[in-house]
Amino acid sequence: MWRKSKFPTRPGHDTLEGVGQTGLLVAVFVLLAATAFGAYRKATDGKVRSVSGSISHLHEPGKITLLQFSSAFCAPCRATRVVCAEVARTTPGVAHLEIDAESQLDTVRALRIRRTPTVLIIAPGGEIVGRAEGALTLAQVRTAIGAVHA
Amino acid sequence: MLDPRGPRFAATITTVVFILVLAFSSAWLALAQAVVFALTAFTRYGPYTLLYRRFVAPRLGPPGELEAPQPVRFAQIVGLIFAILCFLGYLLGAPILGMIAAGFALAAAFLNAAFGFCLGCEVYLLLRRTLNRPPSTDVHQ
Repeated sequence: MWRKSKFPTRPGHDTLEGVGQTGLLVAVFVLLAATAFGAYRKATDGKVRSVSGSISHLHEPGKITLLQFSSAFCAPCRATRVVCAEVARTTPGVAHLEIDAESQLDTVRALRIRRTPTVLIIAPGGEIVGRAEGALTLAQVRTAIGAVHA
Repeated sequence: MLDPRGPRFAATITTVVFILVLAFSSAWLALAQAVVFALTAFTRYGPYTLLYRRFVAPRLGPPGELEAPQPVRFAQIVGLIFAILCFLGYLLGAPILGMIAAGFALAAAFLNAAFGFCLGCEVYLLLRRTLNRPPSTDVHQ
């Protein structure tokens, strides 16, 4: 039955039309679902969530560390790097540490890092206090650091 | 380094192409798109990229920022795999496979075009996490 779709001779009289209509429905469904997903991501990307946990390495003791997980195939990681480095440069007591997620897969699994960039905000004592996925803005980083001090 | 608007432009055309692939269940259009993905991933002569450079870029100003080429190449290779699956599905009488592959490719292209979605950021690390398990030292037999 389906094989007829290889030979589109009489649309409307064979299965081609059915397949074509289904195909259009699939296209509409995909576009709607992708729009919802994209809008959700746009709203939540870079949002710093409060988390708890601790890390014994990969932070600068005595400083608030912005620990950024990046990957090679990741343009937003570059934007986030610029933002975090700027904050570290201009704020005393804040360090930025960027690591290639691929090179630390054990840590990535342990911390359940799923996508890049992911930034962990680590208090001077090594407690993980915040976590953000997706590109961060300068304001989002500054707010998160303010929350550590508070 | 790339002008990031180039890949967005290419993704817009790719979105339209996959809507047409789905609407007409067209194996050959999927194959044509596969060739475009391959050219874009492995040469400097991606057809949509050439269109962008020739007709679109001169009308826009210089880019505000530049983008690394690896994320774009990764996305093109993922697109290539889905386009080939789609082509084979329609060609070999498995239109469901064709539709699923075209659906994923459409989702990725549309998200890139409309939201600047970074496919590599989402799936690359997950793949590495899954495929690159460290040699297990605590296997109980």
